[in-house]
Amino acid sequence: MSEIAFYVLSAIALLSAVLVVFAKSPVHSVLYLVLCFFAIAGHFILMNAEFLAIVHIIVYAGAIMVLFLFVVMMLNLNKDSDQPKSNFGKLGAVLTGGIMLLVLTAASKSADTSMAQVQSLGELGTVQSLGKALFTTYLLPFELSSVLLFAAIAGSVMLAKKDID
Amino acid sequence: MIPLLQQISLEHYVVLACLLFSVGVTGVLIRKNAIIIFMCVELMLNAVNLLLVAFSAHHHSAGGQTFVFFIMIIAAAEVAVGLAILVMIYRNMHSVDIDKLQNLKW
Repeated sequence: MSEIAFYVLSAIALLSAVLVVFAKSPVHSVLYLVLCFFAIAGHFILMNAEFLAIVHIIVYAGAIMVLFLFVVMMLNLNKDSDQPKSNFGKLGAVLTGGIMLLVLTAASKSADTSMAQVQSLGELGTVQSLGKALFTTYLLPFELSSVLLFAAIAGSVMLAKKDID
Repeated sequence: MIPLLQQISLEHYVVLACLLFSVGVTGVLIRKNAIIIFMCVELMLNAVNLLLVAFSAHHHSAGGQTFVFFIMIIAAAEVAVGLAILVMIYRNMHSVDIDKLQNLKW
């Protein structure tokens, strides 16, 4: 049962990831990326990482992709405006991606993970246990990330303002 | 809570994350639209997130999941600033084609 779910979710994630790259219009790319994020959230649920699955859907599919969609619509890019790359460039890009995949899988083969099992996270994936970890062990990075978010807000407002003087 | 996961080995997740990451790398190299390049970067970040959660489940510790949480925060900050920069670029050059941004190239 969980195997079938794993393969279905993987197939959806991979297919939509490929479609993100090869879709003609940027709006379609954004929508395929949302689908890919939902599939990855499904993987999180499969591993019982409930908190991360919810946060993933809210933050990525809800906030980040809406921001992307907003920018695509605001800049009026919903037609395919860029001239295609030369065939040589495309070939090089695909070759580089393939070699990357080869190196990554070869490196992971030497780690010998074939016997290792992924157990369900159980209680560890709940809001309670992650909240405890975030507010005890990882308290300083958690607080620093709020500073980072504030800096990002201020920076993006400064950048996107019409006239800065 | 029902434990859903029993039969899937860690290797499956490693291969899936490698595939997603490679698709992201290919997308960054193949496309010229800066927004789509951004989305492919997000795809790579998500591949890493998936792998971190899988290893967290394998080692049965919460450390990997907190890392994923921080990666999400950083991705949100990065997207906000990056899209603001893109809007500025579009305002000045009326295009988001990265081949036109070559003033610093030579």
